[in-house]
Amino acid sequence: MGQKTLAETIKEITRRHLEEGGGMLLGQSISAVGWVNGTVPDCKGIVELPMTDIAGAGFAVGAAMVGRRPIFVIRFQDFLMLNGSPLINYAAKCKTLHGKSAPVFVRAIASDGLGPVHSGVLHSLFMHFPGFRVWAPMSPGEYRQCWDDYMENDDPVLASEHRSAFSRTTELTDIRHGQAALTVYGISTPRLEMDRACRLLAEEGIHINVVHLARLKPLALGERELAPLRASGRGLVVDAGYEICGAAQAIACALTEATGLPASALGLQDETKCLCPPYQNKSPDAATIVARVRSILSNTK
Amino acid sequence: MRSEKLNVPDGIAGRFSADISLQLFHRMCRVRYFEAGVVDAIEKKELTYPVYLSSGQESLAAALSLLVNDCQIFAQHRAHDIYLCFGGSPERLRDELLGLESGSSQGRAGSNCLQYHENGINMYGHHGLIGENVPQGVGAALANRRQTLCIFGDGSAEEDYVLASLGFAATHKLPVLFVCVDNDLSILTPTEVRRSWNICKVSESFGLPAVDLADDPWALLQIGRELAGKQPALLNCRVCRGFWHVGAGDDGAPEWDRLQLVRTELDRLGLAGPAADTEAKACHEMESVWDRKLSLKR
Repeated sequence: MGQKTLAETIKEITRRHLEEGGGMLLGQSISAVGWVNGTVPDCKGIVELPMTDIAGAGFAVGAAMVGRRPIFVIRFQDFLMLNGSPLINYAAKCKTLHGKSAPVFVRAIASDGLGPVHSGVLHSLFMHFPGFRVWAPMSPGEYRQCWDDYMENDDPVLASEHRSAFSRTTELTDIRHGQAALTVYGISTPRLEMDRACRLLAEEGIHINVVHLARLKPLALGERELAPLRASGRGLVVDAGYEICGAAQAIACALTEATGLPASALGLQDETKCLCPPYQNKSPDAATIVARVRSILSNTK
Repeated sequence: MRSEKLNVPDGIAGRFSADISLQLFHRMCRVRYFEAGVVDAIEKKELTYPVYLSSGQESLAAALSLLVNDCQIFAQHRAHDIYLCFGGSPERLRDELLGLESGSSQGRAGSNCLQYHENGINMYGHHGLIGENVPQGVGAALANRRQTLCIFGDGSAEEDYVLASLGFAATHKLPVLFVCVDNDLSILTPTEVRRSWNICKVSESFGLPAVDLADDPWALLQIGRELAGKQPALLNCRVCRGFWHVGAGDDGAPEWDRLQLVRTELDRLGLAGPAADTEAKACHEMESVWDRKLSLKR
């Protein structure tokens, strides 16, 4: 039997939580089509929500307030626009205000190329407000770390998932090169493009370091994250969300503050995502990353 | 339709013991005199944070607190009455309003975010988005099947997520008593300007028994007992807000003052003496809390 995929890993964690941990899972149309890309088991503890996005999030927060550690599934991150208020205004705040927590695990699933309202990546929104721990796990091991982080703490967690990673079985590893001219930090689905970007740049004689970021908040900037930047002298943070005021810009700023070295951001353009090319405004792929790296290096020569 | 006698059975007060009647009155007086201290502190500029006063609606909290004594409460922003009637410490409430570490949420949350977790009561703090507490209460009831009170105003009743919560509670047959504290005002906009529908009719269409009732505390206690056996259910209680939405301003005398009506009824029941003692006891307690002489302005 081969290694489990990310989807199978999520399903396994969920089954254990529901069958052995007394947990709950709430979401819309969970059992309707493919059990959310094969990530949800058919077992007890699943609550099919009516099409009431704000109330549905409120139900999940209420369950969290009384200790059920609910998993709240949002099939498309764009719906966080509706679901967000009970999560941000209540779950995120109550520990500070009342000394009582509402630890809800929000599975917010992102996609690409599915049009204007099913392709959003909104984890930056949850990084902006205090209270949530924010992850973007792209591999089975990272998902287990994300889950353990949730269970070991009493904060709500946003797991910014991406459909492009559900079939992965292997981990994503950092890349260090002794002659690296720049360090690229990856968030979410652009991380799956890093190996190819490295190869393309190497063909031009440009070498880069790659650092994978799975936990976005609280952001831990230790030696693993900072040493490659100090060695290469320049940084670039790449995210699947919007660039302006987004995760990439915020983390680039944090890197610069921590090292005194320049770090740039690459995310989506400040344009509404549309259905068809060339207006899809998709997540940065290897070619886009390569182009930005070239641009940074040419401007700094 | 809106009146101090709406659906109140004739002679209802006489069906209750003197002890119950005086307990109801005592709880109402405690709220009213506590808030007399709040108003005084505001006038003296000792209290400068926003406050949401319950005066005028305290009979509902008094009745609910005699109706259930082991429950989880998801109250609205205007909840000094619920907090005090269900056993919350007036000193901790005072300190919360003043932003002190010794407050009910360490002074961090304030008047519209009150919590209380003692003696079998779990009252969760509101965070200011009206009606947000209703889906939370329903979710909690789904999670632990515990007796739940979801308390909200007539403005909150218009929030889509509140209506969705009524439906979800009906679908899952949850042990929730929804209580709409209907003062007929959203800030200062009357209900008839905001909507054409009635929350009781809407609740009934979801399959919830619903009763529209004036804030007579004896009627609330009796009807509340009947509804408690049919949950989920909704009680729409017509009250008169004594003060503005926020702060201690007012627009003159309310349509009715239930505290005065209860005094009159106790007198009619031959309980004028014990009622006066009860009121004096509540006044004395709150004078001690605020360390000053207190009097009701009306």
